[in-house]
Amino acid sequence: MPPAVQFTQVSRQFGEVKAVDQVSIDIQDGEFFSMLGPSGSGKTTCLRLIAGFEQPSAGSIRIHGLEAAGLPPYQRDVNTVFQDYALFPHMNVLDNVAYGLKVKGVARAERLQRAEQALEMVALGGYGSRKPVQLSGGQRQRVALARALVNRPRVLLLDEPLGALDLKLREQMQGELKRLQRQLGITFIFVTHDQSEALSMSDRVAVFNKGRIEQVDTPRNLYMKPATAFVAEFVGTSNVLRGELASQLVGDARPFSIRPEHIRFALGERGASDVEVSGLLHDIQYQGAATRYEIRLDNGQHLSLSQANSQWGDGPASHQPGQRVTARWAREAMVALSEGV
Amino acid sequence: MSLTLDATAPEARHGALRGLSNLLYRKPTLYLSLLLVPPLLWFGAIYLGSLLTLLWQGFYTFDDFTMTVTPSLTWANFAALFTPANFDIIQRTVLMAVAVSIASAALAFPIAYYMARYTSGKTKAFFYIAVMLPMWASYIVKAYAWTLLLAKGGVAMWFVQHLGLEPLLNLLLSVPGVGGNTLSTSNLGRFLVFVYIWLPFMILPIQASLERLPPSLLQASADLGAQPRQTFMQVILPLSVPGIAAGSIFTFSLTLGDFIVPSLVGPPGYFIGGMVYAQQGAIGNMPMAAAFTLVPIVLIAVYLSIVKRLGAFDAL
Repeated sequence: MPPAVQFTQVSRQFGEVKAVDQVSIDIQDGEFFSMLGPSGSGKTTCLRLIAGFEQPSAGSIRIHGLEAAGLPPYQRDVNTVFQDYALFPHMNVLDNVAYGLKVKGVARAERLQRAEQALEMVALGGYGSRKPVQLSGGQRQRVALARALVNRPRVLLLDEPLGALDLKLREQMQGELKRLQRQLGITFIFVTHDQSEALSMSDRVAVFNKGRIEQVDTPRNLYMKPATAFVAEFVGTSNVLRGELASQLVGDARPFSIRPEHIRFALGERGASDVEVSGLLHDIQYQGAATRYEIRLDNGQHLSLSQANSQWGDGPASHQPGQRVTARWAREAMVALSEGV
Repeated sequence: MSLTLDATAPEARHGALRGLSNLLYRKPTLYLSLLLVPPLLWFGAIYLGSLLTLLWQGFYTFDDFTMTVTPSLTWANFAALFTPANFDIIQRTVLMAVAVSIASAALAFPIAYYMARYTSGKTKAFFYIAVMLPMWASYIVKAYAWTLLLAKGGVAMWFVQHLGLEPLLNLLLSVPGVGGNTLSTSNLGRFLVFVYIWLPFMILPIQASLERLPPSLLQASADLGAQPRQTFMQVILPLSVPGIAAGSIFTFSLTLGDFIVPSLVGPPGYFIGGMVYAQQGAIGNMPMAAAFTLVPIVLIAVYLSIVKRLGAFDAL
């Protein structure tokens, strides 16, 4: 069975700028696949290449085994949920949802019935006669989702659909999207710049940087085994140790990543595999679930240390800025990085 | 130190002005009334007042015999609008206004669409200037220029002859109601001049409405499977209807009220504007002129209510 979407050496140039630079990915059928990256990293351009709003400058895009390069959007079996929802303001909600069926010539009674079902699927049954302007942001988002899903696409593209929603609503929608994807079994390709969103929803995530892919992996592997310094720092927070310090600690000149929550203050006996560094504590940030300590090491590098705030208070609450501290972690917690793009 | 110095110096200098601006900020009603009273006075007293006075005179009596106006009220003038001679004038004007509006919309839409969707920066500025440039020349000059362009042996005829289209033109000119002896004495010629003169008033509102159309709507339509033709009919056209309606209000009402073009180009016979001019100028029948003035007002009101009924302003 061919992949749902397959990029082979795909590039897209805008004048001098390479928005997408020789990207190859295989996205499997039925997968929840996220494209994660900062703005301008090429993730949205990749999505638009799949939808057909952009055509590649080079390379091949196959959707379910069929070459898509050159096909206009209306001849592709994919549907998009837009960042700004792009609901038609002159149509009511039901007509918006039924639009895709209408232009394909589905009879009126059937298309209205299917549109109503799609609205019920996103918990908006009975809202059909309202105009988009009468809905809240979260409701518009659901209408956009229903409008795409009613066409029963094999691939659904989502372009930062939760970006405009507030935090609570966003978390709720994340759960609902995941549930819908499992229930329908279709491929979701989700573009986001929010790493926690990508980690919590996806089967696999592609991390984009400067038009290229740094790493494609499961959320767990992305976090635990980042391949490059960029991934280590973009997905969650991480300390990337370079140069002399790295070779001094582990005898290897490659950069290393160590997560702040894997570091603790040195207390008691040092284990056989533990490494230790000392420095000046210069900032303490209380973050609710955890407290973050910023340490300036003796060689000038920064180190972040994060400690969970449990009610048993195993962290020394007595730490003060300006104090000299020693940080300790297990050698196995360090991940060797390549430099990436 | 230097910061506090900088902050106090301007306050000392603009004490009175600042006091005024603070007062206006604290009392928004005062601010608003200062802004609105002059235009409202103008609109209310001078514009509406004189218009109502004019319409009121439509109820006065004109004595055909003594050629004098007496302020005894009568419906006679308004009833006279429906005599065959007068109704003919109204019908002629309205038909022309409708034809001009439809043709202007058809011509303006592609230009407006190109301006809104495919131009930016300098090209857009060029189009704006190109569309508005004809409005910089005097309207009378343009109308007279067209009489020469359309005259026998004029530029238009020269082109038609060189393109070998003379038989076609003659066929067109022989159509009753449209044609005439030459282009410059035919309704066709009059129609061409009207379309030329009012076209910018149609292009700009349509362009503005298309400019407001988010590109993502067109992408969404294509994404949902609509062919370009369907996207045009289902999304672009309905959402540009407010622009077309606004433009057609201009072309329709400007044609209804015009009296110069009909007097220079086209067959003999009054338009509403010309009739008003003749009634109040040459004849001195102010009540009849006032009655005629009511016709465009009523027509525009009817037109607007039809357009509204059709849902043209729903997308606003």
